[in-house]
Amino acid sequence: MGRKILLENIDKEGIERFDVYRKHGGYTALEKALKLTPDEVTEEVKKSGMRGRGGAGFPTGMKWSFLDKKSNNPRYLICNADESEPGTFKDRYLIEKLPHLLVEGLIISSYALGVNTCYIYVRGEFKYLIGILNKAICEANANKFLGKNILNTGYSLDIHVHSGAGAYICGEETAQIESLEGKRGNPRIKPPFPALKGLYDCPTVVNNVETLAAVVPIISMGGEEYAKIGTGRSTGTKLISASGHINRPGVYEIEMNISVEEFLMSDEYCGGMKNGKPLKAVIAGGSSVPILPAHLILKTANGENRMMTYESLADGGFATGTMLGSGGFIAYDEDSCIVRNTWNLTRFYHHESCGQCSPCREGTGWMERVLHRLENGEGRMHDIDLLTNISKNIEGNTICPLGDAAAWPVASAIRHFRDEFEFHVKNPGIVKNIKHGSLKKYTV
Amino acid sequence: MHGFKIHHVLHKKDNTKVEFSPEILSKVQQIIKRYPEGRHKSALLPILHIAQEELGGWLSPAVMDYVASLLSIQPIEVYEVATFYTQFYTQPVGKYVLEICQTATCAACGGEDIMEHLENKLGIKAGETTTDGLFTLKGVECLGGCGYAPVMQVNTEFHEHLTTEKVDALLEELKNNKNADKAKESKWAEKFF
Repeated sequence: MGRKILLENIDKEGIERFDVYRKHGGYTALEKALKLTPDEVTEEVKKSGMRGRGGAGFPTGMKWSFLDKKSNNPRYLICNADESEPGTFKDRYLIEKLPHLLVEGLIISSYALGVNTCYIYVRGEFKYLIGILNKAICEANANKFLGKNILNTGYSLDIHVHSGAGAYICGEETAQIESLEGKRGNPRIKPPFPALKGLYDCPTVVNNVETLAAVVPIISMGGEEYAKIGTGRSTGTKLISASGHINRPGVYEIEMNISVEEFLMSDEYCGGMKNGKPLKAVIAGGSSVPILPAHLILKTANGENRMMTYESLADGGFATGTMLGSGGFIAYDEDSCIVRNTWNLTRFYHHESCGQCSPCREGTGWMERVLHRLENGEGRMHDIDLLTNISKNIEGNTICPLGDAAAWPVASAIRHFRDEFEFHVKNPGIVKNIKHGSLKKYTV
Repeated sequence: MHGFKIHHVLHKKDNTKVEFSPEILSKVQQIIKRYPEGRHKSALLPILHIAQEELGGWLSPAVMDYVASLLSIQPIEVYEVATFYTQFYTQPVGKYVLEICQTATCAACGGEDIMEHLENKLGIKAGETTTDGLFTLKGVECLGGCGYAPVMQVNTEFHEHLTTEKVDALLEELKNNKNADKAKESKWAEKFF
C-alpha cells in the first residue's frame, strides 16, 4: 500500500466535522505553524520541494517568496477550487471529504503570507461544496482557529467562499482574479504578476486546493521529511483522478515513485483495463497535455519504465513524452477513435476560449471545424498538415496558456496517430457510418 | 445612458415586479460585506446566481438591471458578465435544466448516447425546452465528474454513472415532483451562499 498523507483519514466516520477532524490530529499543524514565524513556515514549504498541484507544477515555496511584502496594500490568498480541466476531479473530492484539511491549509498558508483575507473560488457547478466549506469555516471560527486573534496569537484571518459561474478559463489565475472582481474571466497580460499586482491590484497568491491542503502535512512532518517522499524533483504525494476505460475509476493518492504500469494495472489503483481490452492511449495530466500511445506511456523512448512523476512523464519532451499536469489520467481502450476524441477536446477549447486573443479565438474554431469534417468522412489529406500548422500558430501566441492547451492535444494526436487521421480521409464511407467513434473493427 | 434606454423599453414590455424578498435582500447585503469597501462589484457573480434562482429562473434584462441597481454599477457591466458565463441563462429555461456532459471521458463512456436518448425521450433537441416548460436539455462541457462518467447535472444536483434506465427513472421522478419541491428550495440562497 502506498503511503497516504493527504487522504490518510478520509475513511474515518464523520471526518468532515470539526470534532472528528480534531480528534484525528486536525489543526495540530496549525498550532505548530503559529509558533513559527511566517518566514519559517514559508521556508518549510520551500524545503518540501512541493510543486503546485493545479497543473503548471511551479514550486509553491518559490511562488510564495515572490509575494510583495513591502507594499502597504493588503495581501490576498485565493484558493483555486475552479477545477475544470477535463479528466480532473480530485479537488472536489478532497473538499467534499476533508473540508477541514483545506481550511487548516488555508490558515497556515495565509499566516505564512501575511494575509488577512482569503477567498476560495469554487467552480459554479460545485455549489454543493460551498455549503460544506461554509460549515467548516463556521466550525473553525467557533473554535478560535479562524477569525479574530486566532488562538490568542494576535493573528486574524477571514475566509470567504466565492462562486464562479461556468467558465474553464477562470482556472487561470489572472482570469480568476478578474472574475473575483465581478468581471468577465479575461486573463491579464503578465507581468505584472499577481504576486505584485493581483486582486484589487494588491499582492496576491493563487494556489490550487491540493497544494494548499498539502501544506498541512508539510508543516506536520517538516519540509525535509516531506521531500523524502517521492523521487527527484517530484516530492511528496499527488492526487490522481483516474477515468476512462479502466476497472476502478476514482481519485487516488500516489507516492511519486510508482510506474504508470503499476498505477494502471494494480488493484490498489485503476485495476486494469475494463473488459480486459488492450490499452490504446493515455492522457496523463488532464486534457491539455499531449496524448501518448500505449507503448510510449508505459515505457519512455529509451525503453525505461515510465514513472508517475513530473520528470518521467516529461521524458522525451513533446516528441515522445507528455506532462503530469493536473493529474487527470484518462485511459482509452483499443476501440476509441482518436480523431473523434481530438475533435471533442478541440470543441471544448473552442467553447472555453475567452476570445481575447485572435490565434486562440479563431484557431480553436478553425481546428474544430477541420476535425469535425475529418471525423465525418469529409476531410481532405492536406487537412492533417493544416491542423498541425494551425496548432503551431496558436501555441505561444496568446496571453494565457489556454492557447497552448488547445494546440497540444491536436499536435500530439497527429504526431502519434497520423495513420488514424489518414484512415478517416481514405475511408469516408466507413467513417460516416460509425456511431460515436468506435474504429477498432474497421482498422484491425 | 445606453443601459437606461434598454431598461426603459423592457419595463414597458414586462410589468412583473423584479425585486428580492427582504430575506434575500439581507443575504445579498451579507454577501457584499465579504469584499472590501468599494469593491462591491465582486459580489456580482454570487448575486446573479441568486437572482436567477429567485427571480424567474433566468436573467431577463429587467433582472439584470435590478442587480445593477443593487450594486450601483452600469447595466452593461452586468450584461457583459451574464453573457460570458455558461451558468447564467439569458433566455428562459425549463424548471429542470438537464445538463449532460459531452467532454472527454463522458463522451468516451456513453455521454453522447445519453444525450441521444434524452433527445428522443423528450422530443426536443439539445438547447431546446419541452412545451410544458418542465425540461431544458443542454450539452455541456466537462462537469468534473469524469470518474463517475457519464454524468449530468440537473439544476444543482449531480447524477452519475448514468444509464438510459437511470435517466428514465429520474425523468419520472422529476415529473411527479413538479409542484412538491418549492418548499425545499426556499432556503436555496442560504444553503449555497
